[in-house]
Amino acid sequence: MILDGKSPTGPIEQTWDMHRLKMKLVNPANKRKYKILVVGTGLAGASAAASLGELGYNVEAFCYQDSTRRAHSIAAQGGINAAKNYPNDGDSISRLFYDTVKGGDFRSREADVWRLAQVSNNIIDQCVAQGIPFARDYGGYLDNRSFGGAQVSRTFYARGQTGQQLLLGAYSSLSRQIKAGTVKIFPRTEMLDLVVVDGEAKGITIRDLVTGEIRCHVGDAVLLCSGGYVNVFYLSTNAMGCSATAIWKAYKKGAFFANPCYTQIHPTCIPQSGDYQSKLTLMSESLRNDGRCWVPKNHGDNRPPNEIPEEDRDYYLERKYPSFGNLAPRDISSRAAKEQCDDGRGVGPGGRGVYLDFRDPINRLGKHTIEERYGNLFEMYELITAEDGYSVPMRIYPAPHYSMGGLWVDYNMMSNIPGLFVLGEANFSVHGANRLGASALMQGLADGYFIIPYTIADYLAQTEPGVVTIDHPECAKSIEDVNAYTDRLLSVNGKRTVTGFMRELGILIWENVGMERSEKSLTEAIEKIPAIRNEFWENVQIPGNGSGINQQLEIAGRTAEFLEFAELLARDALHRNESCGGHFRVEYQYEDGEAKRDDENFSYSAAWEYKGIGRRPELHKEPLKFENVELAVRSYK
Amino acid sequence: MSEHTAHGTMTLKLIVWRQKGPTEPGRFETYLARNITEHHSFLEMLDVVNEDLINDGKEPIVFDHDCREGICGTCSQVINGLAHGGQTRTTVCQLHMRTFKDGDTIYIEPWRAKAFPILKDLMVDRNALERIIQAGAYTSVNTGAAPDGNSILISKEDADYSMDAAECIGCGACVAACPNGAAMLFTGAKVSQFAALPQGQVEARERVFSMIEVMQKCGFGNCANHYDCQAVCPKDIDVKFIARLNREYLKALVM
Amino acid sequence: MSLLTGNVGRKVLMAVSGLFMVTFVVAHLLGNSTIFVGPDWINAYAEHLKELDLLVWPFRIFMFAMLSIHVFFGITLTLENWGANPDKYAVSRRPRSTFAGRTMIWTGLLLLAFLVFHLLQFTFKITPEVVKVVDAQGRFDVYTMMVAGLRNKMVAAFYVLSMVALFLHTFHGIQSIFQSIGLNNDRTMPKFIMIGKISAVVFLVVFSAIPILILTWVLS
Repeated sequence: MILDGKSPTGPIEQTWDMHRLKMKLVNPANKRKYKILVVGTGLAGASAAASLGELGYNVEAFCYQDSTRRAHSIAAQGGINAAKNYPNDGDSISRLFYDTVKGGDFRSREADVWRLAQVSNNIIDQCVAQGIPFARDYGGYLDNRSFGGAQVSRTFYARGQTGQQLLLGAYSSLSRQIKAGTVKIFPRTEMLDLVVVDGEAKGITIRDLVTGEIRCHVGDAVLLCSGGYVNVFYLSTNAMGCSATAIWKAYKKGAFFANPCYTQIHPTCIPQSGDYQSKLTLMSESLRNDGRCWVPKNHGDNRPPNEIPEEDRDYYLERKYPSFGNLAPRDISSRAAKEQCDDGRGVGPGGRGVYLDFRDPINRLGKHTIEERYGNLFEMYELITAEDGYSVPMRIYPAPHYSMGGLWVDYNMMSNIPGLFVLGEANFSVHGANRLGASALMQGLADGYFIIPYTIADYLAQTEPGVVTIDHPECAKSIEDVNAYTDRLLSVNGKRTVTGFMRELGILIWENVGMERSEKSLTEAIEKIPAIRNEFWENVQIPGNGSGINQQLEIAGRTAEFLEFAELLARDALHRNESCGGHFRVEYQYEDGEAKRDDENFSYSAAWEYKGIGRRPELHKEPLKFENVELAVRSYK
Repeated sequence: MSEHTAHGTMTLKLIVWRQKGPTEPGRFETYLARNITEHHSFLEMLDVVNEDLINDGKEPIVFDHDCREGICGTCSQVINGLAHGGQTRTTVCQLHMRTFKDGDTIYIEPWRAKAFPILKDLMVDRNALERIIQAGAYTSVNTGAAPDGNSILISKEDADYSMDAAECIGCGACVAACPNGAAMLFTGAKVSQFAALPQGQVEARERVFSMIEVMQKCGFGNCANHYDCQAVCPKDIDVKFIARLNREYLKALVM
Repeated sequence: MSLLTGNVGRKVLMAVSGLFMVTFVVAHLLGNSTIFVGPDWINAYAEHLKELDLLVWPFRIFMFAMLSIHVFFGITLTLENWGANPDKYAVSRRPRSTFAGRTMIWTGLLLLAFLVFHLLQFTFKITPEVVKVVDAQGRFDVYTMMVAGLRNKMVAAFYVLSMVALFLHTFHGIQSIFQSIGLNNDRTMPKFIMIGKISAVVFLVVFSAIPILILTWVLS
């Protein structure tokens, strides 16, 4: 099937404005009759729930954390992009649009990206009004820093905790609505099923993680804002609780999953120190503003880094990409780091690391300035490694960080299931095959604050409110299914712990479907995943029962979904016979090792339709049209 | 797992609070954590213990955690009498085992305060903190109603001061460490963040009143200026923000 | 949020009433210090106070009000605080709070007991040791009264113990006043803490010196 994203046509500068004009509205008095369910309360979910609450809709918001303000958006460090052009360095909506399309390696929808760039400025205004203490200069004006993949300074930041501040800002708006009674929150709940009635999304089934109760909530629309899926690698920069469960359950109810193979491996993370490790910690990409990446020029150079003289250092990013240097985009920087390590010049335990050196900027700007810019990052580095990043170069290595892929949505952010909207990292829309730094926060808030409030009205205006009630047979069936699923997990009673399986899957996916993929590695993964999955269902051990708090049951459920999802990830990667952005197939590269895109055959989004466990999903294509940017080899040289 | 300690690793004796539910009585249980290296984080050490417990057919220790990079504020344990283990500016998840040595005995307890009922083992219910935020830690701006970000100038000093307060991760360690189970550092930080900014002035009076009122209703104690809260705070939130809260209250009272 | 029932309001009342009492203590300390110069000085000082006869009772009522506020809220807040933190840690470490801070209720109650005794002894003069005499110039002989009253070892010991309590109470209490009424910031806080500590030490040294010097016959 050829999918239609329903992108508006015409001059791109007017697409969003014209579209807003054409969309239907819900009468203010009628809004309270509609109930909207929001799953996940990160930037996208919290901002959507708050904004919809303000408009007068009845909102219920769900998250697995003990507070909605703990969603993993909180961990984003570096900043948020906007085309304000405050520094007067040549930025504009068009440039942000172009950078994002190019950064995504020409695999995103033009109109969606334009809209994102257009509303980016409103986000900053909104956040300032909320009382978010963005960095200011001495004149009292908002300060900017530069980020990977851009030659302008368009990133707004609040120390190294921008995500935290933006999320707390969204949470403050949400809190206001909770107090006003328009939003009801359900922390410590996990969505385990989507309720579809007559082809439309009308509810969700959740498990209360404290009481163990499995119950249904119905509404007139469902918003999935549940984040990304890179915990499929087990070790990633995501929080422990991040999972694909919500979107995967929706996928199994018919929602299309688009471009799962676009995963982002972040170049600047603290290297793994042992196999007991539970997660990887990211060091903001903003460090590359000043820090310089290098490895020893010569193989087997085991001298301590500070004793290696300038002429024996290989500043490989500056060498390979002179115009962007250390600010090359993430996918390119990550692969370059891997390339040096594969060449045997990596540093640290196992040779899986490169240096990120602040010697020169400290000499140039003084330690105080560096401390002011990145103090909390150096502190974090020292906490984890017990090394002082000011005096010894940091060691970094790429780690799974973000998923560009996600549920397929149209221009209105609605999936192919009417009434099911997908926002933020959980959808596939704007980042194409690679996301630029400081764009995730922008997308999450754009979706929640400035897009969904308009587009959801277009759907709701055509829907009768409150038609499905809690006693609908589909609800009963959903509860029954989830109960059966939980019972099945608990009744395996095998010998291996859940973490053991997740670790095994993670290593397989990292090795075979990680930074570099090949037909061979992917075929192997597709063969091996079902074996792990089958063993899981025969041999997993989950202590306790389903009533009350059972953290092992929670992670078992998430692992079970990852064991299914991983296969789709590998299949998508295998089908895409090209290299683009975060998807690098060794078979498709230029002589200098750069990604080789195949626009003729793969200029489309791949949306997969579920056909049953172990059965091949069906591929639907949404062709990508580029009318405003010229398709080009993505060069940062 | 081997009974012997592998070379270069530690064995530790853990004395852990176990409690089945909010109304059940709790008790301490003793466990051994084996083959722990200096690079394990504290929670990874507990992961190892839990894997052992599961393999022995026992129920693992329930504890709250999520981001494991010190920012979400979910993890919450009192280690040897100190919330988050007592290392400066460090959450439990960022605490590493290099601060312990082979053979150490470690007491692990949940946050203890009347406003934080224990849900299970080391997991507590911190919803009271959310209620304080919901009482007024916001500016009443509707989406789309904001003027240009640079139309309000804020001195760097004020922005930095506000950010110092806004760094609070709301973990509740301040309450756990307070001899009086007070939430004044948390509330003080939230109030101060807005008090320092022009955006926060419009609702300043109502904010401080209603936040204090809810704080009291939630069953938190009163501040007696002990400052244990700042000592354990993983973001080193300064007690000057408590003074600021008091000041804002007085200001509101005479306004 | 009412001053009388609120979390913060009642702390402010504690601070303000405490501030007045500390001010009184300082004045009292200055007056008492005249004893070190000689009987003539302290008796003259007492005579001067008498001349302010009209103000004495309003002042006493005001101080009594301050005391009542301080005691009432001190006790109720403490009981509330105990209620807010009912379960103790098996291992408890206090990284920054002080012994002085954590024992405010006990030093406070001791000071209350001391105050009652002190007033009975020297203001209402109903204890047996008090000698009601006049000095050579016909003034009430405060000096002799004090010396006679504090020569008793038990009484002197109680005085010194009470002054230790005053030291602890003000060591935490004075800096606490500034925090509770919101005057602390980066600049002022270290200063207020220092002022509190120095004042507490001065109170201890000067007030304890009187019974100790009397007991050791330096003052006689």
